[in-house]
Amino acid sequence: MATTTAARARSRLVQVVSQVLLTLAAALVLLPFVWMVASALKPASEVFASPPSLVGSSLRWENFTNAWTYLPFGRFMVNGIVVSAIGTVMVVASSAMAAYAFSRIRWRGRDGVFLLYLGTLMIPQEVLVVPMFILMRNLGWTNSYLGLIVPWAFTAFGTFLLRQFFLTVPEELEDAARIDGASRWRMFVRIVLPMATPAMGTLAVFTFIGYWNSFLWPLLIVSDVRMATVPLGLNMFLGQTGNQWNLLMAAATISIVPSALIVLGLQRYLVSGIALSGMGGR
Amino acid sequence: MSAPTVDPVERPPTALRRDTRPAMRRERRAALGFLAPNLLGFTVFTIVPIGASLVLAFYEWPLLGERVFVGLDNVVRMLTTDPVFWQIVGNTFYFVVGYVALNLLVSFSLALWLQSRVRFKGFYRFVFFLPVVSPMVANAMVWRMLYQRDDGLIAQLFQALTGTSGPNWLGDARWAMPAVILMSLWAGFGYNMIILVAGLQAIPASMTEAAQIDGAGWWSRLAHVTLPLVTPSLFFATVMTVISSLQVFAQPFILTGGGPGIATSTLVFYLYQWGFQSYEMGYASAIAWFLFMLIMTITFIQFRGQKKWVHY
Repeated sequence: MATTTAARARSRLVQVVSQVLLTLAAALVLLPFVWMVASALKPASEVFASPPSLVGSSLRWENFTNAWTYLPFGRFMVNGIVVSAIGTVMVVASSAMAAYAFSRIRWRGRDGVFLLYLGTLMIPQEVLVVPMFILMRNLGWTNSYLGLIVPWAFTAFGTFLLRQFFLTVPEELEDAARIDGASRWRMFVRIVLPMATPAMGTLAVFTFIGYWNSFLWPLLIVSDVRMATVPLGLNMFLGQTGNQWNLLMAAATISIVPSALIVLGLQRYLVSGIALSGMGGR
Repeated sequence: MSAPTVDPVERPPTALRRDTRPAMRRERRAALGFLAPNLLGFTVFTIVPIGASLVLAFYEWPLLGERVFVGLDNVVRMLTTDPVFWQIVGNTFYFVVGYVALNLLVSFSLALWLQSRVRFKGFYRFVFFLPVVSPMVANAMVWRMLYQRDDGLIAQLFQALTGTSGPNWLGDARWAMPAVILMSLWAGFGYNMIILVAGLQAIPASMTEAAQIDGAGWWSRLAHVTLPLVTPSLFFATVMTVISSLQVFAQPFILTGGGPGIATSTLVFYLYQWGFQSYEMGYASAIAWFLFMLIMTITFIQFRGQKKWVHY
């Protein structure tokens, strides 16, 4: 009797200690973001004030409007949304269609072509960017939505992910439709796609974030400030404002808001996607 | 049942040949239709660039001007006469080893914690995951401010704790890479944490309970039950993190510009400089293929070595 109460007390203690340590860890991880927002609201001269303080002598909300207008930040956001949204639709649609051909239809050469897709999964983006850059110049796609979206809209990864999922959808479901004379397209749209929404949602969320955060590619093909996406715009900002850290942090804060909203709203998709597939790793 | 359009009894022998059955021909056409958009884009934007990249590596290929076939000159130059190439490779390994080791340590510890009986798990997960999805450029900019010499937040914390402002994080060749690693750790560990939480959740509770009944303490349950059972997830996380960290770019680009000197220049940063600042497309391609070979080799070695420590 005494031992069980002692054990219970000890497990209670462990729980409290865990809770406190986790909270400390979370506070430590949040600190850079907290400091970002705090600095974004300070007068320029007080960002590096000593001793450091969370709040400056005044709250400069106008830093946000200044950052927004210093470079066309609204334009960066619109560019980012256009590129990410169209890119995501293209990736999910083209991957789903190809995945259907790879998982449900039998045709000669299928395994060979699929192996070719798999073989490219390990190839780093950096191998592609040099010739792709030359291709973009020859096509005249630099500084354009086309150049930002299309090269990354046909991925082996998305095809692979959705194929694996389609294989788990029972084939009998389609047999009934086939007997009724339904076309392949009809079976795809009416039967397989509705069952694959979770997998496609996961792919969509990750693709959107990938386009939104992409930095190397826009850096290479966009020099026109009006065509910059958010990360590239931030980099241009860094180059132009130099040491106006309060404005820089206001811009950084604005750029993180969409990401925070995605994590808040779609955490379920993110977590299940990572747990299932690794989604490319970090 | 499966092919109702063809009656097996009446099928003539020739029907077994390819494309003579209308149903099969229809299936082929359907497959082609479904595959066409992706296969076209995949060919133009993946297969062709891979081949072109390989060809470029054998050329002296300035963006403008004359292109000359130089055989293996780029490769030889990279591996023997380039005075900084091996230091760049060394920097990349420094980053990979430091980052991957710390990342797995932190993400596994936090995954274990999140598995224990604590409240507000969703909140912690949100916090740890936020840096993973926010743009790396923004993350790195925030840390560039924190790392400022003498009056940045980190220097001021040092001042308060030790009386000196500590190292010049981004300006001192000895401290710049640790600073890049620390910032990347903060930005990236939440990802593996999710993978490891999933791995831990897959362990049947009956196994740890059985060990507990047999009198195993917390440590021995961790070492002999939990850890072996989670090795597949650890292996997966390690392989993926090594691959992605070999390609690190945005962090040194924003934090240090590869400096001081070339102390934080990594392979992709170096590729960027040759390809897109000097516009030597041939040499940049040779570097890209070196990176690709390196990724393949290291991944292969990891798969060969997994028998020693991964329990499926």
